[in-house]
Amino acid sequence: MADRDDFDRRLQEARARQGLEAAPKGRGGGLPGGAWGIGFRVGVELVSALAVGLAIGWALDRWLGTGPWLLMLFVVLGVAAGVLNVYRVFMPRSGPR
Amino acid sequence: MAAEGKAIDALSQFALTPVLGKVGASVGFTQSNAHMLIAVGLVTALMMWGTARRAVVPGRLQALAEAAYEFVHEMATGQIGEEGKRFFPFLFSLFMFILFGNLLGMLPYAFTFTSHIAVTFTLAAIVFVLITAVGLAIHGWHWFSYFKPEGLNPALAVLVVPIEIISYLSRPISLSVRLFANMVAGHVMLKVFASFVVMLGTAGVLGVLGAAAPLAINVALVGFEFLVAFLQAYVFAILTSIYLHDAVHLH
Repeated sequence: MADRDDFDRRLQEARARQGLEAAPKGRGGGLPGGAWGIGFRVGVELVSALAVGLAIGWALDRWLGTGPWLLMLFVVLGVAAGVLNVYRVFMPRSGPR
Repeated sequence: MAAEGKAIDALSQFALTPVLGKVGASVGFTQSNAHMLIAVGLVTALMMWGTARRAVVPGRLQALAEAAYEFVHEMATGQIGEEGKRFFPFLFSLFMFILFGNLLGMLPYAFTFTSHIAVTFTLAAIVFVLITAVGLAIHGWHWFSYFKPEGLNPALAVLVVPIEIISYLSRPISLSVRLFANMVAGHVMLKVFASFVVMLGTAGVLGVLGAAAPLAINVALVGFEFLVAFLQAYVFAILTSIYLHDAVHLH
């Protein structure tokens, strides 16, 4: 079995040299980069959080009859959540905190 | 079909039409459903035939099946940890279903079922229900502390907790919109440039020469779309495993 381990080790090293091995990943990493990919991701994260904020605000207003106020509040919260999402794209929350 | 008259009709490729004649029409069985069944059939066939021989030196099919298996297995254990093995079957089916859906859409005359928000949102909703259920099952009431970072000033919690909840609820939306928008955008671009080729090609000698440019772009786009097909299936699966990690470990 010894040379089998040895073979595995050498194979591992060769693969790492050739860049075939996945880079040792920090958690949440491994998401593909590229300007287009990141730009698109940021846009989607922002808009989807805003949409959720809008939906919650609109539904609560309709339910409680509180005019436009909750909608306005939750749109702001939605934008904040979108920014939080974008922050997490670049700084995944990981490890002990 | 590419260009009716002078208008570019880029969206009709996403229209649903019933298949299987009268039976299909009466139960609403469309080409989208048919392609889903084909995708499931192909994934099943790949795994069945690929693992049937169990050769020590794998043949082509077995190598493909093993590569797919190990790719997802590594993703599951790498992102989620040891517990990831429990979610491997789910992640694998999800990844392969989306991947084959994306790739099937690249065949001529085929339909891309991942280009419908109804399909991608259903998948994302399943993921959302799963991560919430797993979090609740493992952590019970303590799971709700996920929305409140520890050591937080109680006064700020009024602000932060709703933001965290909105952020959590936006996950299925961003997950589904990303896949759907990528597939739609890619196929619309392919169709638009293909229409250019046809329109220019019918406009005399100069047109035929001019048609070479959009044709070249389309060739490049097809390659790019294959990349996107893999990438989006991968992104969907890896985000799911990141969410599962959060559900299992809370932070």
